[in-house]
Amino acid sequence: MNLAVHLPGLAMKNPILPASGCFGFGKEYAELYNLNLLGAITIKAATGTARYGNATPRVAETDAGMLNAIGLQNPGVDQIMAQELPFLATYDTPIMANVAGSTIEEYVEVAQKISTHPVIKAIELNISCPNVKEGGVQFGTDPALAQTVTAAVKEVSMVPVYVKLSPNVTDITAIASAAEAGGADGLSLINTLTGMQINLASQKPLLANKIGGLSGPAVKPVAIRMVYQVRQVTDLPIIGMGGVTTAEDVLEFLLAGASAVAVGTANFQHPFVCPEIIEQLPAVLEKYGFSSVEDAIGKGHEHADTHLSRT
Amino acid sequence: MIHEQLEIISKQYIAKDTVEMTFRGRMAQEKILPGQFLHLLVGEGTNHMLRRPISIAGVDQQASTITIIFKLLGEGTNTLAKAALGDQLDALGPCGQGYPVDDLQLEKALLVGGGIGVPPLYYLAQSLKQKGVHVTMVAGFQNKEHVFYEDQFQLLGTYYLATDDGSAGVKGFVTDIIDAEELDYDQYFTCGPTGMLKAVSTKLSDQEGFISIEQRMGCGIGACFACVVPAPDSASGYKKICKDGPVFRAKEVVLT
Repeated sequence: MNLAVHLPGLAMKNPILPASGCFGFGKEYAELYNLNLLGAITIKAATGTARYGNATPRVAETDAGMLNAIGLQNPGVDQIMAQELPFLATYDTPIMANVAGSTIEEYVEVAQKISTHPVIKAIELNISCPNVKEGGVQFGTDPALAQTVTAAVKEVSMVPVYVKLSPNVTDITAIASAAEAGGADGLSLINTLTGMQINLASQKPLLANKIGGLSGPAVKPVAIRMVYQVRQVTDLPIIGMGGVTTAEDVLEFLLAGASAVAVGTANFQHPFVCPEIIEQLPAVLEKYGFSSVEDAIGKGHEHADTHLSRT
Repeated sequence: MIHEQLEIISKQYIAKDTVEMTFRGRMAQEKILPGQFLHLLVGEGTNHMLRRPISIAGVDQQASTITIIFKLLGEGTNTLAKAALGDQLDALGPCGQGYPVDDLQLEKALLVGGGIGVPPLYYLAQSLKQKGVHVTMVAGFQNKEHVFYEDQFQLLGTYYLATDDGSAGVKGFVTDIIDAEELDYDQYFTCGPTGMLKAVSTKLSDQEGFISIEQRMGCGIGACFACVVPAPDSASGYKKICKDGPVFRAKEVVLT
């Protein structure tokens, strides 16, 4: 079965890619399986200079999910280009660089630099990290700022730009439309939902940062709803994500309107989950009557108004 | 590190809320150093998305078994404890860097463990004794109900016990024993809660030593940056506890 999808900048063998922040820069998972199996890889967020991130503990398990507040720890864009990207050049899987910043100038600097590297085929513009005081989410919750930063990055980027949207907004379609107006080549959604968990014994929040981003199967219905809504207001390709653990989940995102699907938290539970999903996807697509991935994209919208009439 | 379904061949409560569990699997044939851990999947389905890192308390290569000891601290460890004999647990291991037993040059070792930091030191004590090293173990627990492996340690060397309330051994902390006794050793090895690690490594700051750090983890393989510790002298300024540790030279990292 044809699993290939072609998105701006990303010629993918299949629609599966690990989500940014869950996969480092690929080296650790490369010890477990061949990264050429993946449709693409989104690497950990890059900022202008090195960031240490938040105090520990930075993660906490929740029901069917987890909270994280890593705080964009990374060695800075120059180090990433020098130390991390050469390894990824040994694979024929397209790499998407997640770009973060505190200011428009920082976003522009990082995007300009990293997009010149031959291994980078697309940028994921991270305007949605909830875990840093100044780190983007203000750009992801204000449509005007979202449009401005998207346009500024588009102007300098040598590769297509996917804007990663925050779910922590009242109207996700307003931000999606703003990113499109700013010239985005695609959208990726959702980032994590802000949350908190308090330990009863210590009576303190479980994360040192107190607040973190919720991910995992618990957020999947929110993600599906947002992909579905965004699909209705734009024709931009969507990379869908949020709680994917199975090939069935992937199909659900395709039906909602995603053209590719990222896997995040599930990598922690099952480090081989991405290649397993890729292996199982053809059978799942076939079971529900699809002959390719392209065939399934957006199909959830065609039946939207008819299912209630069946008695 | 390999990925394997490990079969549970024994399970027993050895102290209050403390479970000793032994698995059979080919992982036991891997080179496993004291201080390394198993990253265990909890339960089935998607309720528990994070694995639990649990340090290895013993390896028997001939029987092809690995033993762990863990404490019931919440839903994850409660679920792990409910697994029955014959069940298989999904494990990644051995994970991380252990105590570099093969490279150590010493005659006398001081081991200092607190609570659930004691289990990896048991495997370490066995490995050191096999190497001909004299082992002095200082163990600290909350109270008598939580004490385990007292007899096992006594077979391996000199053993001191402290409990917070004095219900077993000396009343006080492991550092009180270090103060009170004239302990003779070349290097120290410690594992336990961060407060204890800080107290021990501060007290013994003029000595060569190794510490093993406990921290909540995400991936467990070095990809997610959930468990880091400042390491000012390293190029990056930090170390990943799951991948570069959990065992570090005491002077290499700054406990926070």
